[in-house]
Order: sequence, then structure tokens, then C-alpha cells
Amino acid sequence: MKLDLILNGEPKSYLIKEDEYLLDVLRNNGIASVKRSCDSSSCAMCTVLLDGKPILSCSFLAARAQGKAITTVEGIKDEVAEFFKAMNQEGAIQCGYCDSALAVTVYAMIKELGTDLSDEQIRHYINGNVCRCSGYMSQMRAIKTFLGGLK
Amino acid sequence: MSKVVGIAVPKKDGEGMIKGKPLYTNDMAMRDPDALVVKIMRSPHPFARIKSINKSVAEKMEGVATIITHLDADVPRTIYTRAGQGFPEPSPHDKFILDEYVRYVGDEVLAVAAVDARTAKEAIKAIKVEFEVLEPVLDFEKAEGHKSVIHPEPEAHEMFPIGFDPKNNLACSYSCEDGDTDLEMSKSEIVVEDTFYTQAQAHYCAETHNCYTYMDGHERLNVISSTQVPHHIRRIISKALGFDRSRIRVHKPKVGGGYGGKQQIHGEMLACLTTLRTGKSAICNFSRKEVFESTFSRHQMRIKVKIGANKDGSINAIDMNVLSNTGAYGEHALTVFMLAGGKTLPLYIVEGQSKAVKFGGKVVYTNKTPGGAYRGYGAMQGNFALESMMDILAEKVGVSPAKIREINMIKEGQTSPLFKLMGEGTEGKAMNIESCKLDYCMKRTKELAKWNDESQVIDLGDNKVRAQGMAIAMQGSGIQDIDMASAVLKLNDDGFFNLLIGATEIGQGSDTILSQIAADVLNVDVSKIIVYSSDTDTTPFDPGAYASKTTYVTGNAVIKAAKAMKAKIESKVASLWNIEPKNVEFDGQFIKSADGKNSISIEEFSSDMFYKMCGGQEQLMVCESFVPEVSPPPYMVAIADITIDKSTGHYNINDYFATIDCGGIINPSLVQVQGEGGLVQGIGMACYEDVVYSAGGQMITNNLFNYKLPARKEVPKITVEFAESYDPTGPYGAKSIGEIGVDTPMAAIANAIYKATGVRIKTLPLFPEKILLGMKNR
Repeated sequence: MKLDLILNGEPKSYLIKEDEYLLDVLRNNGIASVKRSCDSSSCAMCTVLLDGKPILSCSFLAARAQGKAITTVEGIKDEVAEFFKAMNQEGAIQCGYCDSALAVTVYAMIKELGTDLSDEQIRHYINGNVCRCSGYMSQMRAIKTFLGGLK
Repeated sequence: MSKVVGIAVPKKDGEGMIKGKPLYTNDMAMRDPDALVVKIMRSPHPFARIKSINKSVAEKMEGVATIITHLDADVPRTIYTRAGQGFPEPSPHDKFILDEYVRYVGDEVLAVAAVDARTAKEAIKAIKVEFEVLEPVLDFEKAEGHKSVIHPEPEAHEMFPIGFDPKNNLACSYSCEDGDTDLEMSKSEIVVEDTFYTQAQAHYCAETHNCYTYMDGHERLNVISSTQVPHHIRRIISKALGFDRSRIRVHKPKVGGGYGGKQQIHGEMLACLTTLRTGKSAICNFSRKEVFESTFSRHQMRIKVKIGANKDGSINAIDMNVLSNTGAYGEHALTVFMLAGGKTLPLYIVEGQSKAVKFGGKVVYTNKTPGGAYRGYGAMQGNFALESMMDILAEKVGVSPAKIREINMIKEGQTSPLFKLMGEGTEGKAMNIESCKLDYCMKRTKELAKWNDESQVIDLGDNKVRAQGMAIAMQGSGIQDIDMASAVLKLNDDGFFNLLIGATEIGQGSDTILSQIAADVLNVDVSKIIVYSSDTDTTPFDPGAYASKTTYVTGNAVIKAAKAMKAKIESKVASLWNIEPKNVEFDGQFIKSADGKNSISIEEFSSDMFYKMCGGQEQLMVCESFVPEVSPPPYMVAIADITIDKSTGHYNINDYFATIDCGGIINPSLVQVQGEGGLVQGIGMACYEDVVYSAGGQMITNNLFNYKLPARKEVPKITVEFAESYDPTGPYGAKSIGEIGVDTPMAAIANAIYKATGVRIKTLPLFPEKILLGMKNR
């Protein structure tokens, strides 16, 4: 079947199978930032934005994205450039596998909740974003540096 | 130039990864739509013999390229070990590429390569395999001498004596003693003794275990793999397949986490066979279920510890006996088990202080997922037992947990007889401890935690209690006399350098740290060091990312290479200027003569080396190797601060304080995150991570619904600091940081739970229900 969507601001049209997940459609079409990890909607490394809201693309049927706007980290590079820098300065980007999805989620959090956030609010919003390397503290430091710069 | 060592230089590859560039194995493979996809049929039985395979329907299915079984003539019946270790491996050779026996649920039966994953999976469903189901060995305490022999094959063997006894299901056994332990126990005024159990833990690398193989234009087999050990993979594949080593290239791109989980062969062998048989490129990506069930997990152990001490708390002797479960195959069986003692007992077994020590035990085969390398590598299991026992001893002596450790812990300038007695699978080597800041770490961690020596418990009312528990730890820095690492530096025109290293960047930051070291020695900006790692064709040998070795061992090789490059530049310029090399100095920007008459910039000189039409052009390049003579331990002191609800047994970790002595610090940010990340993996093991099997031997925890990883709300705060320390054998005084972080949480949290409730949990993980039952049954 044919799938039409807006990917990072550009209209795209793909031929897909009915049972294909959005993750596979995106990766098969050159979006490398979206990662498959747990394969059971439990780790959030496949997070993309659907009309601005984070969804887990590993378990989201691609057909459901018909006519929707999909955003991946490739589409918000300029908006989160300072987040990339803060993460790298903290040493928070370890194996790197979960970080693009974290950037997408942090971007959505700011759009939804603004920049004046408590630690608890931040932790609650991104609690589903699993990271096995960093122990989370450095990610938190980077997020706070980034939010501070936006104020 | 300002110094670049000791500075939080951002990771060279960091922004590329977070921006989502196609840097990982499968990102590369997905650009090859013609590649065959390899899927593996896995055993539904814990122990069975394959009686027949009917593939007649599957092999006729459209899109199926090939089916690989143990009956095929081009599948060599060579026995090998998948452990990515130096040669000869201390692990028994007990694995065929494919075999008529399957030894755990998830073991490889056969492989199908097809045009896409869907077709390969359909083909697997269409293959009929008849099994003779055998009685499995599932309880590791009943494995030795069980009537089911897991490895009956005559080809299985040890590479050197490790106590391999497959008829009795023993992968290895070992014992050693210094002094007369039984005698010292009998003379001791206080003797404490107990038994502890540690569970299997899953690594959960974010990226599953993936590989991509193809024949290049030179008809050579290329293996792109998410591995920690590219050079070992080349050797193992070549030996097992009988394929000319000169025709194999192994390259590691970015790797999405390792922690030891990728220190073994995984899908590489079957992907290589597919490519060799069909001539086509092949992709073998493990599903998450396959990673849980069919790769490796931490060795489950039973550890008995007995400590004999005097009334003042000074330790006379320790006796540690370990039973380790290596599952169906013996990867890392001996070495992980030995380090349960080797990287814990020297904390307290100190020459001229304690009097005797005994360590020994066995590693058994069972019909479960194999044990393998995992960050902490035995030290973590041993630490839970020994550091729990230290609190038991403290209570018996009547001193605080801090005091019992202060009385007994090793100090700078001392040594332990165990260093000579025990190595990694072999005899060890004497070593004086040149850097040990345990005393500072103790003092500082107590300050950070506001530790009270009199009492570690505060009653908060309403059935809630806050308590603190302590544990200390050590690890190693590489494997002395065995790990050889090397580094190449090449000078390019316009004055920048290539740093080529076999060392394996898997996210820990080694590319950046090794670049910092090279830049610092050459006194150039770190941007002038172009680093490239882990390609067996183009980078020099390195064992890989394991044993907490890269900063210490490869770092020393990089220092040697950078010094050699500096000398080479100075010598070349001296010959052009017709003066003695000792009168020439390269300061990072200019090469100058001592008399101040001559000067040339590195940019101009290096360009001249390629293009100046006056003769004397030369490619300046150096290669240096380093073999460590010692493995200096990093040390740490940790305090867990928990609040427990005595009506439910549920507890929260308020903060986890740690002070680490990892020697000199090359990159403060990266070392901080290695420390913090290690602690959270250890907290996971302590509190809830648990590989569980059904009564029939099927792994139940084969996904993230059933296997619990720490999320950030569960670890809202950890506090990690570092001691000022300098090991004279380390690069810039550095020791290691990669593993030590995981070691303490099990004992520290168990000790805090005991303080809060009086319940001593001896079997991990530290589930709330165990605390509640312990309180009820008292």
C-alpha cells in the first residue's frame, strides 16, 4: 500500500506492507537515527514525534502515520544543536545508541511543558528513555544546561 | 599549547552519534538491499540430539538462498571457543559451529539465508527437525557428576590444564592456598562463615549483536561486526572455518554498548558461512529475544566465605569457595570464577598483616544460556559475598562497618600474596601497590554520606527507616604480561597526525582519550589527531575492549608512539640541517635548533616531507607496542543510603556515594560517566535484574517486560568523586575505570537493608519480598 506523510517537513510517499512498523519504514528509507533496541515498546530508543508527540515507532504500524507529520532528530538538528553540545561536554554520549531518541523526547518536552521544569518533571517526562551506559546523571546535567541556555 | 590531558575534551565521535549518522553495523548493512538475511533456528529444548532435518520444502521456497546445517560438507567440524580471549584461550574448546547436540533453549540448530527476514523466518517454520529429547541439567548445584553429560563429544579439550572434566560436567576447577588457612582459622578468636548466591545478569546492550559480511573486490571476506574484539574474531573465524587468515578483514564501526557482552563470537560464524557459500553479502542481526536467550549472561555463582579474625577485628585468614555456572558452554568459565577471589581477596589479604588465604572451587556446565564476560567479571560476584561477610564480621567484633575495613584494607606500598598466586587462568605475578588511596576514599565517602560510625540507622517513624551500608572494591588494569597493545602515528602534510589503534571504542570514549594522550605528548591540539580504530587490515594489534585495559595498556603504547614520533621528527630535521638530533626540539608548532638559528613550522616541514623537490622526502610513521608488567588495581569506597518501608519491604535509594581511586584522570567527564554508569548497572544487579528460567529450562526473562533495567526515577541521585592519585606505571598516572563501578552496590545495599531491618539477604537480587519475609520469619 501507499503511505503519504510529512517527514521532517518534507512530503514523502512510500510503498509499504500493511503490517510494517514505522521504525522499519523509516530505516529502510535512510533515517538511521531511529534505532531498534528492545523491540517491545519498553526502551524508547525508537522514539519519533507524530504531530509533535513522542511515539514508539517499533510498535506503531506505519499505515497509521498516513497524512501525519513525523519528526526525527534529522529534522530538528538546529533546534537541539546546543543539546548535542551539552551532552557531549558532559560525556553523556557513551555508546550513542539511545541519544538521538533522547534528543527528540527532550525537544518534545520543551514544546509541551516549556523550559521552567523541576528535576522531577524532567525525570517523569523522559523516564521511559532507557540508557544502559550513562547512569542518567550526565544526561540530566546536559538537559539542565540546555534548558538554562534557552531561558 | 595548553595541556589536553586532564581536560574534559568532548568525545570526537559524540555529536556524530547523537545526530543519528549511519555509524553502526546495521546502519551500514541497511544500505545494501541485496544482502541476504540470515536467521537462526534455535533449540526449543534445553538438551536434545538432532535425529533428522527435513528441509525439502524450505529449500524450494522462493527467496531462500541457502540452508546451513551441521550435516553440510562445508561446515567444518572444528571445535573451538567463542570467548574473545588471547591465544591459547583459558576457556575450554567445547563448541562446534553447528552440532547434532543442542545444549540449551536457544542453542543454534541451523541457519537460513534468504532475500529478506520475512522469507528466512517462513523457511525456518517450514523445516522439520526431529529431536531426541535428553534429560537436562538445570540445577547448577547438582550438575557435577549428573548422569546427563552435557559435553560427551571426544573433541572437546582444554588448551592448557584448567581442570577440564567434561564427563563430570566440569568446565574447570582450581584451588590455591597461601599459608595454612585451616590452622589460622582454628587459632582465630572469631570465625564467621556464610554462603551467598549471585544471579545471572543480562548485559542489555542497546544495540543487539549484529554483523554484516561480504566479499570485497579482492575476494576477501569482510566482517563488519558490533564486537569488542575484532582481532580475536579474525583469529577465531579463520581457525574455525579453516579459512586463510590473510583473506579476512574484521572491522568494528560504532558499537551500541558492550559491557563484555560482545567479547565473544555471536552471529559472525553463520554470516561468514553464508557469504562464503553464496558469494553474497549477508546480514545477521539478533533479535532482542535472541540476545537474551542465545548470547551470554553473567555467571551465576554460589560463594562460601569464611573469615578468621582476632578480637580487635584484624583478619588472620579468609577461605573462599566458589561454584560457578557456565551454562552450556565454557566461555570465560575459568577466568571469571578466578577473579571472584583474585579481584576481591587482596583488599584484605595483605602480606605481613593477614596470615593465610585459601581460594578454590569449580565451574559446572548446565543446560542454560552460557555465562560470558560481563563488566565486573567475577569480582562483582565475589564482592557481594566478601563485603557482606565484612559487615557480619564487624558486628561480631563490635566495631562499625567502616572501622572493620579501615583495620584490614590494603594500603599504598603494601602487597598481597594473592598477586603472585593467582593470575587470569594462570599463575600470577608479584606486584607492589604503588597507588592506593582507599584511606582517602574512605574518609571522603564518609564525609559525603554524613556517615555516623555509631549508628547507620535513623527511624523516620511511620514504619520507615533510613539506613546506610558500605562496601569497598578493587579491580585490575589490563592483564599483565599477556595484553599487548600497539599504536601507529603517521605525520601528514599540513602537520596533522593519524592515530591508528586496534583498541576498540565501544562508547567508553577510548578514541578520544587515546587522542588526548597523543596530542599531549606531541603538544598539539587534539583536533590534529585523527583517530581510527579497530580495523584488522589497517590498525595494529590490540586484544580489544575488556579487562579494564584500554586507557592503561593502549594508553601506554600511545605515549611510546607519540614520543617516538617526536624523536623521528627531530631526527629528520637534524639530518636536513646537518646537526645533532639532540640539538633539535619539536615544540608542537615549530621545529627549532638549540642555537635559535633554524626554525620551521610543523605544517611547512610535513608538507616538505611529501612535496619538496630536493630529495629527502619521507613518510614519517612510527609503531610502538606496550606489554604491561603489572595490573595496578583501581579502588573505591561506596555507601548506599536507602529508605525502607518496613511494612512492605520496599526501599528507595536516596543517594549512592562513591569515591574512586582510578589513578590519574585523562578526561574528567568521561571518567565521571564511566563511574556513574557502572554504579547504575550494579544497582540493577543488586535490586532487580534477574535472569529467570521456567522449571523446564526456558528463559522467562527474555524481554524488557520481564527483565527489569534501572530507569532514571529509580536512581534519582548518585554522587561520584575521585581521589587524587597517580600510579607511576600508568599513562599520566592512570589506572582503570571501566569495570570497578559495578562492584559495590550488591553488598552496600544488602548491608544497608540489614542495618534497617536486621534481615541479612544472602541471595541476590535484593527483592522487597525477601526483606518482608525475613522480618516475618524472625
